[in-house]
Amino acid sequence: MKVFCEKKNGRMRILLSGELDHNVARGVMSSIDALIDENLPRECILDMGGLSFMDSSGIAVILRTNKHMTDVGGRTWVENCEGQALRVLDAAGIDRVVKVYSK
Amino acid sequence: MKSMNYIKVEFPSSSVNESFARNVAGCFAAQLDPTLEELGDIKTAVSEAVTNCIVHAYPDKLGVVLMKARILPENTLEIVVKDKGVGIADINKAREPMFTTGGDERSGMGFTIMESFMDKVKVRSTAGKGTTVTMRRRIICRKQVK
Ligand SMILES: Nc1ncnc2c1ncn2[C@@H]1O[C@H](COP(=O)(O)OP(=O)(O)OP(=O)(O)O)[C@@H](O)[C@H]1O
Ligand SMILES: [Mg+2]
Repeated sequence: MKVFCEKKNGRMRILLSGELDHNVARGVMSSIDALIDENLPRECILDMGGLSFMDSSGIAVILRTNKHMTDVGGRTWVENCEGQALRVLDAAGIDRVVKVYSK
Repeated sequence: MKSMNYIKVEFPSSSVNESFARNVAGCFAAQLDPTLEELGDIKTAVSEAVTNCIVHAYPDKLGVVLMKARILPENTLEIVVKDKGVGIADINKAREPMFTTGGDERSGMGFTIMESFMDKVKVRSTAGKGTTVTMRRRIICRKQVK
């Protein structure tokens, strides 16, 4: 599991790659928390294009990022989600809380 | 008649075993010739059930998780995930979307995902004794192209 970050004009893109499950979720959450606190972006994009697997642990990561961004007065959405990860987000109906854009 | 295949795997409730368990289930399911999407559904449901044992059944110790899988008639896969942990007091409540006792590290969507990805999900639990989740999924038979 890898977490990369690109910044441009107040917008932060977090690129997640690998398998996002409970085993790695806590580490991913604290990396994202640290990136938000350090950069205070206006917009934070969770780019899920590199994920080969994700379960409900990923939903908690998205919801927590959304809450953190709301706390600092910014916005969050999900991009490049496809395949198995997209099916998980669809089944959970997460689109009602955080916008999800597929590939 | 062809005898029906099965596996039994036992492992400690350590979170490194989450990916191990779903990949074992995926490898076993491969003999039913699933599509990538069906395989993904099965691995996801197993990941949810096994993670629940690791997170909820044994909250502050390592316990034993037993996973069984077998092939049933009509190209159907059955997976059983069993723990001897704390158990679930109110199963109906636990299965409701967004119900969680896991705080903000969990989303309460595990059972909802298992239910939408498998044809059947049965939960049996006794408080203080443990929980057994039984899931079935029929794999669509596709015509062999030769
Ligand atoms: N094996 C188990 N042993 C004891 N309690 C369980 C078990 N599985 C589920 N539960 C209880 O049922 C609740 C709902 O489970 P579910 O998987 O739907 O959500 P979650 O695990 O809380 O969150 P998520 O799966 O989205 O990370 C759990 O919060 C827990 O209280
Ligand atoms: Mg769960």
